[in-house]
Formats: sequence, C-alpha cells, structure tokens
Amino acid sequence: MTVPAEQQQSQQHNGNGQPQQSQRRSANAFLRPRTHIVETGDGYTLQVELPGVNKHGLEITVENGELTIVGRREPFQTEAELVYRESRTADFRRAFELDPSIDTTRIAARLEQGVLTLDLPKAEAAKPRRIEVAVA
Amino acid sequence: MNIIRYQTPSAVAPVLPRLSGLSALSSEMDRLFSAFPFFGGSEERFEGWQPAVDLYHDKDSVLVRAELPGMNKEDIHVSLHEDVLTLSGERRQEKSHNEKGNLRSERYFGKFERRFTLPVRVDSRRVAASYEDGVLTVTLPKAEEAKPRQIEVNVK
Repeated sequence: MTVPAEQQQSQQHNGNGQPQQSQRRSANAFLRPRTHIVETGDGYTLQVELPGVNKHGLEITVENGELTIVGRREPFQTEAELVYRESRTADFRRAFELDPSIDTTRIAARLEQGVLTLDLPKAEAAKPRRIEVAVA
Repeated sequence: MNIIRYQTPSAVAPVLPRLSGLSALSSEMDRLFSAFPFFGGSEERFEGWQPAVDLYHDKDSVLVRAELPGMNKEDIHVSLHEDVLTLSGERRQEKSHNEKGNLRSERYFGKFERRFTLPVRVDSRRVAASYEDGVLTVTLPKAEEAKPRQIEVNVK
C-alpha cells in the first residue's frame, strides 16, 4: 500500500515532531504509540503499536517531509461494568520527521494485530554509489 | 498492578472484606479488584513488560482484556487454576538480515506474565479467549452458584 502525500492541517510541533498543543487539551488528547525504528540497507522500518486499531481507524499522511500516523479505535463495547482499568482509552497520534533521502512515493504500510509496520525506502540516488574512474 | 500471588483467604482477611463467593455483591467485588494492586509479594515483582489489563464484570461473567499488540496467537497463553487466572506469553522480535541498527526501541519484547486472583468462581470449561487487533479478550463465565441470586422472602 503506497501512501500519497496529502494536504493536512499542520499543527505546532516541538523538535521531536510531536504536536504539543493537542496533548494539553484534554478533549483532543492523544496517546503517543510505542515505536520501534530500525535502519536497514534500503531505508527504514517503523513498527508502531496501536492496540485496538483496525484498518478503518488508521490514517497515515505525509506532508513536507513529515509522516503523521493517527490511529482511532472504538471503546470496548460491552454491557459489563468496568471494575479495573490499566489501559488508556484515547486514540493514538505520532508524527515523525523524515530523512530527506526517503522516497515518500514508495512508502509501504501494513497493519497486523495492532502493529503498523511501515517501510520507508531511500531513494535510489541517495544510496551510496561507487563512482567509476575512467583512466585515460 | 504487578504479579499477584495467590493469597489464601486467611492472609487476605485482615485487609479485605469477607471473601464469600455466595454473597458476592457487585460493590464488594469492585472493592476487591481495586484493593488488589496493593497486594502481591514483592519477591514476585516482575520488571519489564507489563501489558495493560482491564477487568469488567456483569452478573454472568468476568471479562479480562489485555493490550498485546503484535503477537502470534501461539505465543499467548491463558490458564486458569482454581480461581487464579494467568496470562503469559512471549513476543518475539523478528530481525531481518538487512538491519543496520536500532534507531529507537520503545517496544517491549520477550516474556510477560500477569496473574489475577478472581473474586468469584468461574466455570473453567466455558472460558473463552479471542485475540483481535492486538487485544486479547478472555471471557470467564461465573459458576452458577457464584451468580447473585434474589432470595424470596416469605411473609406469613
């Protein structure tokens, strides 16, 4: 699944690419999902933990070199009474500043059992290249 | 709330209201669950991955939900021994040969275990568990004698 760059309302960010304003307003409070980032030979792989989020609640956008992930989930539907809670019910949101060498047109995503895996390949030109020297 | 050792009723009695399955009113059960976090032998404290768990109940069953994203069903274990429910498992990290290094490592990998002493008897033959979108839901139907019953008062 490739993700085209879309227009998105930008929010104020601090240096970590994390929106600060929305975290203070309790009505719009989001959780910051745990993320694992690995660098590979071809680019980067992100694993983002979004328990309870399915494909319909997932929104991934790329704009101006910034990747934003929003994971919305329905609260647990039950007639039973809540007795004890450790989990937090809010939706997830996290933004990342992308290495400029990433080819955003080839970003691939898959969601499996609440984990979003994103492959962020580097553009061909950004990979180290050997320059052949012609000897006259 | 970490590992909870199964406490025999005599050890529990000084702190909690009377643990009586037959008279398990819902308010008593609420207190039992909320009091448990402060229990537990420190010798069994388990550092590391502690998946978040929620507990629900209604008149027919107890529901336990755990957030366990990114696991294989085979690596999740649910077991019930008398009235102690144990959720455990292992999340394996897949490493591809192409990796150059971790840039950010916030996820927990490896083993986890959470243990709960249920305040009511459950019917172990009818316990069911499902795993969807990274959330494990365990439904434990209460044993018949543990359900609240209305007692009719006869007036002569």
